[in-house]
Amino acid sequence: MRLIEGSEAIAEASIAAGCRFFAGYPMTPFTELLEHFARRLPEEGGVCINAESELEAVGMAWGALATGARAATGSTGQGLSLMQESFSEITLAELPLVIFNMARGQQDYFQSTRGGGHGDYRHIVLAPMDINEAVELTQLAFHLADTWRAPVLVYGDYLLAHVQEAVDVTPTAFPDPPAKDWALDGTRTGTGASRIVSPLGFEKVGRPSAGIEHHLRAIVAKQERIEAEEVRVESGFIDDAETMVVAFGPPGKFVRYVVSQLRDEGHKVGYVRPITLWPFPSDAVAAAAEGAVRVGVFEICAGQMIDDVRLAVLGRAPVRFIGGISTDGSGFGVGPLLDVELIRERILALHRDKEMPPLPNNERQF
Amino acid sequence: MTEEMRQVGHNLPELLLTQEHHMCPGCGEPLALRGYLEAISELSIADRTIGVVGIGCSTTFSMSMDIDLVQALHGRAPSVATGVKRMRPDSIVFTLQGDGDMVNEGLQEVLHTAARGENVTCILLNNGVFGETGGHMTATSVLGQRTKNSLDGRDAAYHGYPILIGDLVARLEGAAYVARGSMHNAGAVARTKRMFKRAFQTQDRAEGFTFVEVLTMCPTGCFVPTLDGPDYMNDTLGEVHVMGELKVDGVVRTTEELREENLRKAAEMEHALARGGIEDHHD
Amino acid sequence: MSARGSVTIDVELCKGCELCIDACPPRVLTMGTTVNHFGYRYPELAPGCTGCQACQLICPDFVFEVFRAPRADATSGSVS
Repeated sequence: MRLIEGSEAIAEASIAAGCRFFAGYPMTPFTELLEHFARRLPEEGGVCINAESELEAVGMAWGALATGARAATGSTGQGLSLMQESFSEITLAELPLVIFNMARGQQDYFQSTRGGGHGDYRHIVLAPMDINEAVELTQLAFHLADTWRAPVLVYGDYLLAHVQEAVDVTPTAFPDPPAKDWALDGTRTGTGASRIVSPLGFEKVGRPSAGIEHHLRAIVAKQERIEAEEVRVESGFIDDAETMVVAFGPPGKFVRYVVSQLRDEGHKVGYVRPITLWPFPSDAVAAAAEGAVRVGVFEICAGQMIDDVRLAVLGRAPVRFIGGISTDGSGFGVGPLLDVELIRERILALHRDKEMPPLPNNERQF
Repeated sequence: MTEEMRQVGHNLPELLLTQEHHMCPGCGEPLALRGYLEAISELSIADRTIGVVGIGCSTTFSMSMDIDLVQALHGRAPSVATGVKRMRPDSIVFTLQGDGDMVNEGLQEVLHTAARGENVTCILLNNGVFGETGGHMTATSVLGQRTKNSLDGRDAAYHGYPILIGDLVARLEGAAYVARGSMHNAGAVARTKRMFKRAFQTQDRAEGFTFVEVLTMCPTGCFVPTLDGPDYMNDTLGEVHVMGELKVDGVVRTTEELREENLRKAAEMEHALARGGIEDHHD
Repeated sequence: MSARGSVTIDVELCKGCELCIDACPPRVLTMGTTVNHFGYRYPELAPGCTGCQACQLICPDFVFEVFRAPRADATSGSVS
């Protein structure tokens, strides 16, 4: 156990999971993740490239993945916006890319789950609440990506990237994923059995190819199987809860803490903390809303996950947003709203059907 | 044919699964395809070659090349090739891109890959138009060239100037071998195949980035009769994007040098063909 | 005098581009009048082929197979 920064812990967890390629472009608050990979990957016989742009970073990871390596890229939301075309196509090419988002103050739930890219595409999104969970979920990400031949995004933020926690990065044992018989090494060139890694559903002349429509449907069918099998969620105190609060990531950890405090004081509140943002734990949220009088959603933005909560709750109880935009002076990090006392006030206001207190203002401007 | 005749060359290159394709009559791209496929076979590097194909008319060859391939997005093949080569450093990695792909969408990718000295070979099929989408002007289209959105010929005042990508790449330190071939006649086709070989050999010696640009005729995109394709290309594209080995052994050659050499070599090739054939050991 | 070379022409692959006609140094290719299954006319071979391969080099449709007799004056010794 040692005290390390979240970025370093995530890099170590990736290496423990067998990641041997990373490419990225510096951008706050993701930069330190790139720095750690740059320092550590060569020590492990891997490759880290400081790409000249985000577009090139994801392209390089694409190439590394095609050779069968475990590879990752990352950025913050703005940088990931640049990579969206490639994410969508990598999903169609069925490559196991792991993506790290160290989200800025604006939060990127929409981008992560609505598929900022084009088409029917979705990818798994894992949202750790703290660094220890990030270490666990990072290793899980590589395992799920290989198991499903589908990208997995690990959703972090400024806190996760920069806070130090006592962490033990021991490799978790996972069952072996399927063999990568699709990977390229050049040895099949000229044999008549050469391979192609393509998002377009192409196949070499002489081999059966069902075409793009069939290929797109097959990808969606796979996504439906992922939805059925990979939901992860944590809930607490929901059995007799009148008020249920949904939150994810570090805000989810704060909400969990506040809810358990309020329970100690006798308030009938409960929480649901989605760990997979996609597939969204709709069943768990619906079940928790079943007996509840009201549902609150706490996010540090104008409200993005709330759409999925509303869809899951589907009228069983009124859904109210109790979060708000709150960021530091630079817009990169977390603002004053992520505070136990303020969250407590807001959950109580929800519980008592009162008006929300005003949002705190960040007085320091960049 | 008498009994003593031997077959020369192959109708169907070893690394091509079928001769059938949907390119227009008179398209120069299949000629370039043959050139680099034969180069790979003749250098005996096939069993470790991986290609990265861009998006354009030539994308269709991704289904008929008997090569381990990654399909990349428009403009994005060089970064994908980088990832492949870094994880498989003993392989020979090439990209296959058109000018719209490489010089429009993907200009930064090829420049960065070259500057980094990445040991990959980028192959550019330059016909001066976006062929697959209908023949519009690209960043390499030359002044006066007729395309779908420059029907009166590219005009500097409205459309700006072409980028001479081969010349640009040659001036980057990380580029070890840069050549520009052309498909305008049989002699030029033969010269270009040698450029492919030298590029792959340079990559194999890990000397840095290698680049082979190939001017290919597109009679459809340039609105010329098929028969006039090669001459039109040579007289427009070929006058500005000058054929030749632009950089060899770290030395960038001047355009004047190249023009003189082209005249000399064109005559040599013509004589060789008239005598009965171009032998492969020539340079 | 025996022929120095010959070609076979896969007429069903030809797209009638006619680049081979001009490319042939001894000018032994001419476009015929019959059409293939595509509807394109294709080249026909007259005597005098030298087996120089120019047609094979310039043909975008992989139509030509080229044959060459060993030459009495061959110095390189290589017939590829």
